[in-house]
Amino acid sequence: MASAGTFPTAPGKRMTTGEGGTAVALGLLALLSIIIASGAHTAAYAFHAYLFAAASVAGVFAVINRYYERPAELPPQEIAGKPNYNFGPVKFAVTASMLWGIAGFLIGCIIAFQLAYPVVNLDIAQIAFGRLRPLHTSAVIFAFGGNVLIASSFYVVQRTCRARLAGDVAPWFVVLGYNFFIVVAGTGYLLGITQGKEYAEPEWYADLFLTVVWVAYLLVFLGTIWKRKEPHIFVANWFYLAFIVTIAMLHIVNNAAIPVSIFSPKSYIVWAGVQDAMVQWWYGHNAVGFFLTAGFLAIMYYFIPKRAERPVYSYRLSIIHFWALIFLYIWAGPHHLHYTALPDWAQTLGMVFSIMLWMPSWGGMINGLLTLQGAWDKLRTDPVLRLMVVSLAFYGMSTFEGPMMSIKAVNGLSHYTDWTIGHVHSGALGWVAYVSFGAIYCLVPWLWNRERLYSLRLVSWHFWVSTLGIVLYISAMWVAGIMQGLMWRAYNALGFLEYSFIESIDATHPLYVIRALGGVLFLLGSLIMAFNLYMTVRSPSTAAEPRAAGALVPAE
Amino acid sequence: MSVWNKHAIFEKNSIILIAGILVVVAIGGLVEIAPLFYLKNTIETVEGMRPYTPLELAGRNIYVREGCYNCHSQMIRPMRDEVERYGHYSLAAESMYDKPFQWGSKRIGPDLARVGSKYSDDWHVEHLKDPRAVVPTSIMPAYAFLFATPLDYRHIESDMKVQSVSGVPYTPEMIAHAKADVQIQAAADDPDAPKLQARYPKAVARNYTGNRTGEVSEGDALVAYLQMLGTLVDFKKYDGKANVR
Repeated sequence: MASAGTFPTAPGKRMTTGEGGTAVALGLLALLSIIIASGAHTAAYAFHAYLFAAASVAGVFAVINRYYERPAELPPQEIAGKPNYNFGPVKFAVTASMLWGIAGFLIGCIIAFQLAYPVVNLDIAQIAFGRLRPLHTSAVIFAFGGNVLIASSFYVVQRTCRARLAGDVAPWFVVLGYNFFIVVAGTGYLLGITQGKEYAEPEWYADLFLTVVWVAYLLVFLGTIWKRKEPHIFVANWFYLAFIVTIAMLHIVNNAAIPVSIFSPKSYIVWAGVQDAMVQWWYGHNAVGFFLTAGFLAIMYYFIPKRAERPVYSYRLSIIHFWALIFLYIWAGPHHLHYTALPDWAQTLGMVFSIMLWMPSWGGMINGLLTLQGAWDKLRTDPVLRLMVVSLAFYGMSTFEGPMMSIKAVNGLSHYTDWTIGHVHSGALGWVAYVSFGAIYCLVPWLWNRERLYSLRLVSWHFWVSTLGIVLYISAMWVAGIMQGLMWRAYNALGFLEYSFIESIDATHPLYVIRALGGVLFLLGSLIMAFNLYMTVRSPSTAAEPRAAGALVPAE
Repeated sequence: MSVWNKHAIFEKNSIILIAGILVVVAIGGLVEIAPLFYLKNTIETVEGMRPYTPLELAGRNIYVREGCYNCHSQMIRPMRDEVERYGHYSLAAESMYDKPFQWGSKRIGPDLARVGSKYSDDWHVEHLKDPRAVVPTSIMPAYAFLFATPLDYRHIESDMKVQSVSGVPYTPEMIAHAKADVQIQAAADDPDAPKLQARYPKAVARNYTGNRTGEVSEGDALVAYLQMLGTLVDFKKYDGKANVR
C-alpha cells in the first residue's frame, strides 16, 4: 500500500495513460460491483460482486503504489543494446500454473475416488461430483494450461522478437486478470453458479470480464510483435496468434447469453437445442484444437529446438502444418454429436474432417520429433527433453485415436463411455501436461537466472512416476469404456438386453479404482516437480538480478 | 524460388497473418452451423412441444446448477439397444426450448431423455435423498438438501421474459401468471390446475414430494422436471416422415 514515505515524487514524473486509465477503470468496476452486491438476487452472486470490488480496489492500490515507487522514467526498452525483457508477469504465470496444476490434479483425484466410492461426496452439496467435475476440468485446462500458455507466449514472443513486452500495466492486467477470472469461475461452480455448458461453465459476468482480459492479451502479444527486430514472425508466434484469435471467436459465440438481470448470476444462452449443441461442440472441440493443441504446438516449436539445440526440422512442413491444422480443426466438432438429432450431413462432415485432421497432426509431430536429428543422444542425459519427446509420442497416439473414434461405427460404441475419458487424458496428461512440464523445467532456470535445475534425477523420477500413472489411467479407461459399450448393447439368446445399466457400473468399479490410483501417481509426480522447482529458485543465482524474485507483487 | 517464398507475406505482416487465420478458421463453423437455423429437420416443430412450465423451468435450472449433465445424457441415439433401454430416439424438436441444451457427453449414469413417468414420484424422492437406498450399488451423490431448501422463484418471470426474447414462445399471460403457476403445479388438487394446463398442455399438477408445509422446495421443482422429461411428444401420433424432404 502507498506509504507516505514515498513522497515527494521525482520532478518530471508523470502518470502514464495506462496507469491512470487502469486505476479509473478499476475504480468504476469497484463501484459497479458494490452496487450489484447491494441488490444481488443470491448470496453467492453478492459474494462474487464483493470479490470483484475487493480485487478492483486492490488493483487501484497496486497501480498507485507502483506509480509512487517507480522512478520517473519507465523501464527502458533496451539496456546496452540488448532488449530489456519484462519477465515479471512470466514468472507470475509460471508460478500460478504450477499451483493451479497441483490443485487441478488433486481435484481430479478426488472426483476419481468419488466415482469409485460415492461416500467421498460426503453429502455436501458444494463438493458433489456434479459441481467438482467442472472445477477439475477448468482448473487443469484453463488455470494450469492457460497460465502455461500466457507464460510461455509472453516469454517466447519477447525472445523471438528481441523486444520488451508491449505495455507497462497491461501485461500485469492480463496475468492477474486471468487468474482472477479463474478464482471467480472456480468458486462459482462450488456455489452452484454455472451455465451448464461443458468447458464453458462460467456465467455471463465472468465471461465478459474474460473477454476484456483476452483483448488485452491479444494487444500485448501483437504490440510486442510490432516491435520486433526480426523481419519474420517466428513460427511459434503464428500458433500463439491463431490460439488467441480463435479462442476469442469461439468464446464470444458460444457464450452469447442474456442475463436474467444485472443483479442475477443466471443467464440464458441465445441458442437452443440442436443449434446450441452444434455451437457448443464447435467451441468444445476447438477448445481442444486451439487452446490445448495450437497453443502447445507453439511451445513445441520454441522449446524443443531450443532444448535440443537444433533448428526446426522443416520450415515448409511447419507452414503446411499450421494452415492445414487450423483449417481442418474447426470442422471436427460434430464428431461429438454422432447419432444425435444433429443432421447426418453435419455428422458426416465432422467425421471426414476429423479423419483428415490426422495428417497435419502427425505432420506436426514429425516436425517436432525430427528436430532431434543428430541430437537423439540427449534423450539419455536430459530428462527434460525426454519429457517433451514423450509428449509428442502421446500427441501422436491421441491424434490417431481421436480420428479413429470419430468414425461413426466406432463412435457408436465409444460415445458416452469412459473410452472418451481415457482418450482425453492420454492427450491432456501425456501431451499437454508433459510438454508444459518440459517448458516449465526450461523456463524456471532461465527466468530466475539459475544455472541449472536443482536435480535432474528428480525430473527423471517425476517422469517415470507420472508415466506409470498415465499408463494405469488410460489402460483402465480403455478397458472400462469398451466394456461399457459392449455391455450396453449386449443381447441374450432370447433377444433381450443382457445387462441392466447398474451392472455396467458395478463392472467398472475396479477400473475406477485403478484410474484413481493412476491419477494419484500423476499428482505425486507434479509434487516432485514443484519441490524441484522450489529448490531451483532457492539455489544461488548465477547473474545479478535487478530485484528479488517476489513473483506475486506487480512490480517490474 | 517457388511458391514457398510467397508465404513471407504472412510472416512479415501480423495483420495479414491474423486476417488469414480468421478467414481459415471461420469457414468450417459457417458451413456447419449456419444451415441449422433454416433446414427443415432442425427447426420443425413437432406436435406436443411446448415451453417448460415455471416449475419445470426452475427444476431444470437446478438440474443445470448441480451439474447433472456431467453424468447423465439426454439424447437417445437411434440404435436398437438404446431405443429398447430408454425409449424412442430423441428428436431435434424435443430440445428446441432447451437453453442450454443438456444432451450431455457421458453416461456415468443412465440417459434421462425419457425418464419422465417411468418411476413414481416417491421413487425419485427416495432416490435423490439416498440413491443407495433404492439402487444399492449406485455411485450417485445424495441430494437430500434439495428437499429442505425452499425454491427461490421470486424472479421466475424475469427468467421467462429473457427466454422469450431469444425465441421461447412465452406469452405475456404465461409470464404474468408465472409465480402462481409454480404454486398451482406443486400442489395437489389446486382448483386452478385446468388453467395451468390450458397454458401448458400436459402439465401435471400434484404434490410431487408429499411435503405438508405447502412451501415449494427445490426437490419439488426438480422432480416435476424429471417427471415431464420426454413425455411431451406422443409417438403414437408422431409422423417420422413429416420432416423428410
